[in-house]
Amino acid sequence: MKNNEPVIAVRGLTKRFGDFTAVDGISFEVGRGEIFGFLGANGAGKTTAMRMLCGLSRPTAGEGVVAGCDIASDYEGIKRRIGYMSQRFSLYTCLTVTENLRLFATIYGLGSKEFSIRSAELYRWLGMEPMKDSLVGSLPVGWKQKLAFAAATIHRPEIVFLDEPTGGVDPVTRRKFWELIYKAASDGMTVFVTTHYLDEAEYCDRVSIMVDGRVKALDSPRNLKARYGAETMDEVFRIVAKEAQRTD
Amino acid sequence: MKSAIEVRDLVKSYSQVKALDGISLSVGEGELFGLIGPDGAGKSSLYRILATLAAPDSGRAEVCGLDTGREYCKIRTLVGYMPERFSLYPDMTVMENLRFFATLFGVSVKESYPLIAPVFAQLAKFPDRMAGALSGGMKQKLALSCALIHRPSVLLLDEPTTGVDAVSRSEFWDMLAGLKSSGITILVSTSYMDEAARCERVAMIDRGKILVTDTPRKLVAGIGENLYNAEASDMFRLLTALRQYPGIRDCYTFGATLHIVAEPSFNPAEAVRRLAAEGIGDARIYPAKGDIEDLFIKLTRDEKQ
Repeated sequence: MKNNEPVIAVRGLTKRFGDFTAVDGISFEVGRGEIFGFLGANGAGKTTAMRMLCGLSRPTAGEGVVAGCDIASDYEGIKRRIGYMSQRFSLYTCLTVTENLRLFATIYGLGSKEFSIRSAELYRWLGMEPMKDSLVGSLPVGWKQKLAFAAATIHRPEIVFLDEPTGGVDPVTRRKFWELIYKAASDGMTVFVTTHYLDEAEYCDRVSIMVDGRVKALDSPRNLKARYGAETMDEVFRIVAKEAQRTD
Repeated sequence: MKSAIEVRDLVKSYSQVKALDGISLSVGEGELFGLIGPDGAGKSSLYRILATLAAPDSGRAEVCGLDTGREYCKIRTLVGYMPERFSLYPDMTVMENLRFFATLFGVSVKESYPLIAPVFAQLAKFPDRMAGALSGGMKQKLALSCALIHRPSVLLLDEPTTGVDAVSRSEFWDMLAGLKSSGITILVSTSYMDEAARCERVAMIDRGKILVTDTPRKLVAGIGENLYNAEASDMFRLLTALRQYPGIRDCYTFGATLHIVAEPSFNPAEAVRRLAAEGIGDARIYPAKGDIEDLFIKLTRDEKQ
């Protein structure tokens, strides 16, 4: 953890749908500037948990604070202070790079002066200056990803949530994206990320593994490997995830 | 070996983009053949032609000895195709989807059940669940069941495990091994290099061309690079520092370590001393064994130059 001050702190977070408990009393903290890997098998409850952390779904029980906002009562506040990059590419392919960024900036209430400063900064940072007037649909996948990341962080959020940002992406492009994550975290942004590529779990400061709605393991990759006597995070994941009882 | 898929000089363009630029490929009967390559390399275009959903501009493609242009009707009964995107009906139940595909192909679920049983077993517990409400791993099993319902000779799987967790992926590949042993030819594309290593042969495609084709073992043996592992407590700082070093051709993250592609002149002990002088005191550098991921990175780098 880069800093002791937590930007996410939840206790007993629970979500039930009818008699099905999707998230079953999870508790953890994430520190400022930390890269936190949120792992779990399909159907373990990751997406549901993430939706609560992002203020998109109200918890059935439990309490917590995300970016200084109460998770049960101030979920509108959460939305303004976090960034979210979804699993699916969610920008407008028939708009240009700048138009997409301006749209997101406006949604987050940035003024035009603020937008030109922030977008110039992002273009420089991501090396996107030459393609700022290109239609997004025509960009290669690596640039689309960078742009999606830029859109999610245009308002300088305290935390950015990345939901499988590298799903289906080739080994070279995945690595470039992770260097972006490293940079963002070294600038103090907290990164909360899910992935099914377990080599990427090694790049996180700490990793949690969800099984059947509960957090079954949470520690640094190094400590987790030592605890389970495993060489890689892939092995750790297999050992922990095999305890699952849920079949869907 | 007789070939189940035979592709010669295939070219396919979409307006200005050349998706396939003269691809030739031959997959033997009963072979488990993998396709890897960056996004936009042409993999999905090749699948669409083999599934008789698109026609090539030039060149020819045969599946089970039949021409994809003239004999597409016959090919469709012999091929099971699982496209990249989930393509079942989300507002139909598990069982309704299965029956729908069985009816399309004029078979009954009952007669095909022995073949799909290993894949479908877990789904059989909730036949009435809407397909759209299934988890990622279950959707993929249902899609595979539907692609198998007419007992095809050739399975075309376009990135079937994207978004699927590691345990379900292993199970999926165990199932593929089972299908292969029943004689089915499988052409599968993937972005997971551990999966590529489980294929009998692998082809890497980039910009519409095949760069290499061989067994995973021979591909890895042929990388021909001077590879080292590097690690330190601050990996990002180490990565940034090593990239500036003379004698290092490339440096990239590789799970718990970094991989260094070094020139023959590279001296690891010297590099460790220099890192220490820069304040990275706990660096370790030692020889590494390459795998398909290193090959992928090397080929992509070579293409750019």
